[in-house]
Amino acid sequence: MIPTSHYLVVSLLLFTTGVIGVLTRRNVIIVLMSIELILNAVNINLVAFSQHLASLDGQVFAIFVITDAAAEAAVGLGIIIAFFRNRQTLLADEMDLLRW
Amino acid sequence: MLQDLLGRIGMQLPKEFALILPQVQLGIFALGILLTDFLLDRKSRWWNAVLALAGVGFSAKALWNLRNLEDVSAYHSSIVVDPFAVFFGFLFLISAALVILLSVRYLEIEDEHHGEFYALLLFATIGMMFLASGSDLITLFLGLETMALSFYVLTGFLRHRKTSNEGAVKYLLLGAFSSGILAYGFSLMYGIAGSTNLAEIAKAYASRSPGDPLVLISLVTVSAGVFFKIAAVPFHMWAPDVYEGAPTSITASISVASKAASFALLLRIFCTAFWPIRPSWEMVVAGVAVASMTIGNFGAITQSNLKRLLAYSSIGHVGYMLLGLVAGTPDGFKGIAFYLLVYVFMNTGAFAIVILLRREGVIGEDIEDLNGLISRRPVAAILLLIFMLSLAGIPPTAGFIGKYFIFLSLIETGHYVLAIFAALYVAPALYYYFRVVVHAWMREPGGAARPVISLAQGVALAACTLFILVAGLLPDRFINFAGTTLQSQFLQMILR
Repeated sequence: MIPTSHYLVVSLLLFTTGVIGVLTRRNVIIVLMSIELILNAVNINLVAFSQHLASLDGQVFAIFVITDAAAEAAVGLGIIIAFFRNRQTLLADEMDLLRW
Repeated sequence: MLQDLLGRIGMQLPKEFALILPQVQLGIFALGILLTDFLLDRKSRWWNAVLALAGVGFSAKALWNLRNLEDVSAYHSSIVVDPFAVFFGFLFLISAALVILLSVRYLEIEDEHHGEFYALLLFATIGMMFLASGSDLITLFLGLETMALSFYVLTGFLRHRKTSNEGAVKYLLLGAFSSGILAYGFSLMYGIAGSTNLAEIAKAYASRSPGDPLVLISLVTVSAGVFFKIAAVPFHMWAPDVYEGAPTSITASISVASKAASFALLLRIFCTAFWPIRPSWEMVVAGVAVASMTIGNFGAITQSNLKRLLAYSSIGHVGYMLLGLVAGTPDGFKGIAFYLLVYVFMNTGAFAIVILLRREGVIGEDIEDLNGLISRRPVAAILLLIFMLSLAGIPPTAGFIGKYFIFLSLIETGHYVLAIFAALYVAPALYYYFRVVVHAWMREPGGAARPVISLAQGVALAACTLFILVAGLLPDRFINFAGTTLQSQFLQMILR
């Protein structure tokens, strides 16, 4: 039996990887992928806690987080395609029409 | 026959259904708009707006029937209908109605008049209403995401304009990032309490030692996510870009309704789950509030784009509202609620003037575009003056009463330094709001054409002005309305 703390460490590592990815990557698609990593860290946390506490709420929450991640990817890729059509680039530092 | 059939359907539904009827009605109308949009030709797209307004009206009627309820929980206590939820629900519906009225002409000029716009706006409103009435982490998260996803699309609605695309990408990436961080915090809250219910979580936090690392990490991640959503410093960087890129009527909605919804989320979480560990966050929130007022008010001074100027000013307003939470007294919470209510009218009004400046071939977002408005369209210039006076907080406008309650709550709790800071920042605010007024009243008009006010825009502008003046001169009714939020159980628990 793997103790719950192991799951939490994996989740924390995944979360950190995601945050570093968002903050350092230039390509918009990779940033979006890093955000998915963060949401997966959330899911690991929720399911691990759910198992540890013998409560089902966490698993229900995880299903909703997965749904949200899917919706976010759908909307996100749509917006990115519209952006790419007009600008022919996917690099975050070339978004300079509006000053950051 | 129909009555009979409806009655029989009604019998089948659980009683709890009445509590989410306002949201359900908005949903039905939003889906209806998506269908009828196919039947309408280019010229008659305004029927979509009529349908959307009807949806808002029905929803408001259903919400009106719930106004006297005191704390009814439903669906395994995942939502709660209390005066707090009803107050914020009305606020979102008013904002949605004003935005719909302002959008028709604007979208025709932009040549992007599609039914999806109104449908998405109603979906966003559904999300906000669940956000205000959620008493469970899952409901809050879903409400937040329903709202946020709709706004990402709406920000990029002008598909052929590059600034709109860019604003949407920035909003999406930063918004999804902050939602992820917030969700991580929620997962830790669930782990600490073993329940997703806010009341249960509050009990669990009260029994933990305040220095517990898990508690602190959950506090930091959730606060970061929420501060991002309300655009408080240091998580405000997205606001000016998104405000500038989005269609102007959506900018009004993001700056007003989305902000009010995020404040509802903030109050729900900080006044239940995080209240037992208040000493750990009180100073942080005060710091964030002062930083927001500083960056917001000084950032606005140098802006030449009206939408960016209003974005920075809205960051400053967030600072004021956060001070109400720092005080944490009945007057403070009442102040936040009243401030948000007034903010709906005065900020939407200010953006309505920017919408008037948009015409074929003229973007009309630059401060120079206002030049000589007084001779081109005197009514618009006078209304602009009223909105700016209210935003700056000058009596006899309603904006003054909002600030008054925040100051009062700070002085009651002995936060004199914060009160002095907040009062001093009115000076730069006066400067940049009056810079806008000077352009409209003092400068030569040049060759610019007369702005045309459509009937719908006129109704929206009249509503905004009327509210600001009436609530400024006879505020009692509105203060009482804002005060009803204090009757909610979760606020009663901490105020007792």
